[in-house]
Amino acid sequence: MNKEELKALVAQMLSELGGTQTPKAPPKGTVQEEHSFPPLEDISQIDLRQQYLVEQPYKPRDFLRLKEKTPARLGAGKAGPRYKTATLLRFRADHAAARDSVFRTIGEDFAKSHGLIPLKTRCRDKDEYLTRPDLGRCFDEVNEKVISSTWKGTRVMLVIGDGLSSAAIEANALDCTAAIRQGLQNEGISLDKIPFVQFCRVGASDHIGDLTGCELLCLLVGERPGLGTAESMSAYITYRPHRGIPEAKRTVISNIHRQGIHAVEAGAHIASLMTEMLRQKASGIDLRQEG
Amino acid sequence: MNRSLLSVGIDVGTSTTQLIFSRLHVQNEAGAFSVPDFAITEKEILYRSGIHFTPLLSPERIDGEGVQRIVEEEYRAAGMDRTQVQTGAVIITGETARKENAQTVLHALSGFAGEFVVATAGPALESILAGKGSGAAAYSREHHCAVVNLDIGGGTTNFAHFEKGKLLDTGCLNVGGRLMKFQDGRCTYLSPVLEKYFTKDSDPEEVARFLAEILEEAMGLRQGQRYTDFITDKLCKPAPLISFSGGVADLIDHRPQDPFAFGDLGVLLGEALAASPLCEEGRYLRAGETIRATVIGAGMHTTELSGSTVFYRNVDFPMKNLPVARLSGEEELLPQEALISVIRERMEQVAPGDSPCVLSMKGPENPRFLELCKLADAVALSTEARSSVLLCLHNDIGKALGQAIHSLIPQKALLCLDSLHLPESAYLDVAAPIAGGQVLPVVIKTLVI
Repeated sequence: MNKEELKALVAQMLSELGGTQTPKAPPKGTVQEEHSFPPLEDISQIDLRQQYLVEQPYKPRDFLRLKEKTPARLGAGKAGPRYKTATLLRFRADHAAARDSVFRTIGEDFAKSHGLIPLKTRCRDKDEYLTRPDLGRCFDEVNEKVISSTWKGTRVMLVIGDGLSSAAIEANALDCTAAIRQGLQNEGISLDKIPFVQFCRVGASDHIGDLTGCELLCLLVGERPGLGTAESMSAYITYRPHRGIPEAKRTVISNIHRQGIHAVEAGAHIASLMTEMLRQKASGIDLRQEG
Repeated sequence: MNRSLLSVGIDVGTSTTQLIFSRLHVQNEAGAFSVPDFAITEKEILYRSGIHFTPLLSPERIDGEGVQRIVEEEYRAAGMDRTQVQTGAVIITGETARKENAQTVLHALSGFAGEFVVATAGPALESILAGKGSGAAAYSREHHCAVVNLDIGGGTTNFAHFEKGKLLDTGCLNVGGRLMKFQDGRCTYLSPVLEKYFTKDSDPEEVARFLAEILEEAMGLRQGQRYTDFITDKLCKPAPLISFSGGVADLIDHRPQDPFAFGDLGVLLGEALAASPLCEEGRYLRAGETIRATVIGAGMHTTELSGSTVFYRNVDFPMKNLPVARLSGEEELLPQEALISVIRERMEQVAPGDSPCVLSMKGPENPRFLELCKLADAVALSTEARSSVLLCLHNDIGKALGQAIHSLIPQKALLCLDSLHLPESAYLDVAAPIAGGQVLPVVIKTLVI
């Protein structure tokens, strides 16, 4: 089989995988420009909850109703003992998106264009960030100075950190921050000057706590992406953060993304949670919560 | 910590009056690291009253004091006090709802039963409550099928059609066990609805068969138009499965020897139904609850929970009989100026001046913060002349939107609920928050009387 034949075969297979979705325009610079192939569909745009690949299913409509309730890849069918090509490709596409989200860097530009104050932990680059979690929890002297000169004596701090998903921060952090700020403002608590920490681990909160003496700190940070979404963000809220504080003393709200709890509603919830923490002077397991 | 609701259901029907107490357990279904998500996870019947005959003063008047005495006695027997009762509903059903003093009795009773016990009535609601209470709704949800529940009471038969747990249709016919009454084997009463076809001297067995045939016609199992003489409300869409509740349902499978054991047509009607195609194998579904279906529906299926991230300030609970001004999906997308005037107009139509009124809309899904602020602005501006702002949204944005509105009008009473769907021309009752103030029990009604 020569190269042309192989290409034609792949294109044919991909067009057969299309399912019920209408084909979307392919990204620029793909095979499309050779104008011998049909447009390729972006398989990552298919809603998995509506894709049911079992052949000759017994009750397809009922199974689709089950699928509505979970992002799990149910009803993927099979080709002999293996995944179907569509399943395999989608799996790899989602994995690639997750990896991209981890490795992509958002830095000073993001901070500056949104009026955030850029900070950086001791990690020099993404590779070091991934291999040295300890360095992602502390700051060098230059950053230490910025932190203490800007926020020393601040009672309540909100910090945004890239964490393991840049996409999560880009998608959610600003809307969530705005809702938190508004909620706290209603309670007479103001938030100004919000830092953006590059190469940030959750423990960076504690070093900031030591440097500023703040009473309550909320860190919005990108979660390690999974195959379901690469845009999930968490809020880690710590009352009197300091280095060495047990992890159990933090309260976490996770799954902030479009299909989870969305950014603004999460922000409103976080604001009232923070108000309650200031009232109880506690976070994590020390916080008494209904539910 | 208040994690359950004590609920009462009271049904004053054509022939019987009943009451149940139940406990609705409320639980946070979200994981420890998530935003809370409260739901009613379990419903438990604590007490079933006896089945009392509904006391009447005359054919046109209910004996209000008599009904209240029954309720009082049952409260005592159950060891319940009205101050403990947190939610529930009183429903007045069948022919009783058409009595002259039905409304007065109903209101007196709901006031007596507890602070947040709502008064309800209406043929559609009866059908829905019976369908839910009988277990037909749950069966259709669990088995992904369509079921019609026929609640056959003394004066009426209430139809409710459920498909996969969702209500699709309701209906009501004047068919019931007490359309004829007997004493010592002689007919003492013939309902006016039967006069076109029968007299007091007619063979009761024949009358019972006739009534069963009317139900067959209504369910499309028999040709004929005679049922049109019996429609009180409207007809209901048929379904492949049929379940029965109400007093007559018990008489389909088991009947006493004496056909006039209850002094009415009930036993004979049960017999006629058992022999009818309605009860054929493969079509007939035995209901979980029969004679108590409606009262169980009233006690256990009227209260819902709002979303778990909601917003309220300066509000006095409970709030009752709030009319709803509803925006359509297209109206929500109008440009700001037009949106403001449509909200203002719609609320003015439903609740002129400053009378309280709930503004209901779907709300944006996953909005950006600025989009939300714009909506908050529109709501605040369009309700400038009102002293309170009450909102009910479908999408889960209640807390964020409420917060945004509050920052604009911090002095006003503000309630912003979400995750609720209010049907056209609904009314809303809102109870005081539970579970540490995070979630509010509500009752959505289609009719206020």
